[in-house]
Amino acid sequence: MNTTAKPLIEANGISVVLQGRQILKQVSLSVGQGEIVTLIGPNGAGKTTLVRVILGLFKATDGSIKKQPNLRIGYMPQRLALSENMPLTVKRFLALGYKYKESEMLEIVHELDIELLLDSPMQRLSGGEHQRVLLARALLRQPDLLVLDEPIQGVDITGQAVLYALITQIRDRFGCGVLMISHDLHLVMSTTDQVLCLNHHVCCSGHPESVSQHPAYLELFGAAASAKLAVYTHHHDHTHDIHGDIKSPHKEHHHG
Amino acid sequence: MDDFLLRALAAGMGVALVAGPLGVFVVWRRMAYFGDTLAHSALLGVALGFLLGINLNLSVIALGMLLALLLVGMSRNRQLSRDTQLGILAHSALSLGLVVMAFQTSVRVDLMGYLFGDILAVTANDLLWVWGGGLSVLPVLFMIWRPLLSLTVHEELAQVEGVPVGMMRLIFMLLIALVIAVSMKIVGVLLITSMMIIPAAAARRFSKTPEQMALMAAAVGSLSVVLGLTGSWQWDTPAGPSVVVAAAMLFGLTQLVRQPA
Repeated sequence: MNTTAKPLIEANGISVVLQGRQILKQVSLSVGQGEIVTLIGPNGAGKTTLVRVILGLFKATDGSIKKQPNLRIGYMPQRLALSENMPLTVKRFLALGYKYKESEMLEIVHELDIELLLDSPMQRLSGGEHQRVLLARALLRQPDLLVLDEPIQGVDITGQAVLYALITQIRDRFGCGVLMISHDLHLVMSTTDQVLCLNHHVCCSGHPESVSQHPAYLELFGAAASAKLAVYTHHHDHTHDIHGDIKSPHKEHHHG
Repeated sequence: MDDFLLRALAAGMGVALVAGPLGVFVVWRRMAYFGDTLAHSALLGVALGFLLGINLNLSVIALGMLLALLLVGMSRNRQLSRDTQLGILAHSALSLGLVVMAFQTSVRVDLMGYLFGDILAVTANDLLWVWGGGLSVLPVLFMIWRPLLSLTVHEELAQVEGVPVGMMRLIFMLLIALVIAVSMKIVGVLLITSMMIIPAAAARRFSKTPEQMALMAAAVGSLSVVLGLTGSWQWDTPAGPSVVVAAAMLFGLTQLVRQPA
């Protein structure tokens, strides 16, 4: 992590109120050079809104964004909803973004392993291919900061690991900062330097390990995470509950 | 060949050459209903033109642009879905146009001509509007082609990459309003969107790039004009609808051809 240099981007006290609903409340974050910051949080927690504010796509009700001068941002949106009626090859899609040298493009395309897809129509890509193409377009801007909105959306399990490995690899090679949104802390654990757990406000933040132990994180994700992971955690919960005689009313009723 | 037929051909081609390339964007951006709404409102433009005694082309263009701006404003309102907003505007503008026209006692308005077009009655002056309007639309479209394409693929990505999205969207809507205004006399307000959508859809199968599709759409549109007018001449069918029928048949033919995208 980079603590000495000025952060690439700094958001201070961002609040967003939409039609009387508080979407974001006093959220602050910063991303430094070579740092990977991950936003996690449940659906509707305001993650995408925060990213849109940072990208300048949406005006916050309150708060400020400080960017380094001439900061170049590479943005990888969620999946494209491209009309089937548009004949668009991968190569053409990449060219829509930034003017680049052919050699640079070939290098990035090679790195992301999409060189064989250059002439495919965008609509025929698999989930993982699609995301890597989006990532390539973001990289072609030679960004100082990469902003990734749920990069693993629609990607199968093996593809997810590949994509996260790629993101780390890109950070190491280009030295850019990365801000990304993810649903699942466990998946990004090894990838990320810093995690912000967001539920309209910042519940907790820090190193992924410390966040995963944080009471606010467990409160927010505890139930959902254990339900998703395995039954084991459930068993543990139950025995704990019974021994600690906090609750588990069903079992006691059966016994009694 | 008679003069009026030549004028009809020239006018129809003029419309097709502009409507095709614009139409591909209408198809990609799923704006068919938007086009319909602007077209329906053109009748109100005609009625107001009569009422105020100004050039009909100008009043239609002005009203179309006004409506395009209104729609941009309305799209900020998320409580009503887009198709409902468009539906409200399209049909109230059309009805209001008919009601206002009913008050015009001094002039006899050829309503059918405005609804379905009267390509065989095209005057040299109309021709000037079609080609003049077309000549101004195509270079503008050419200039905004790349940013418009980029924001059609993904609006926010384009915006982050520096495309002035709001401005591009507005220009595009104004171009559509302009094309509708100048081609109203030719195919009529109820059929004009078909000249944007059907040739574009027919071109899809044979295009590998966005540009190919735009050129192909212009070609299919022009061919429809020739076929439609020939048919109309041959069998004495209404000209505007005949052109649309020809376009629809060409589209049908392309669907028969198996061609991997």
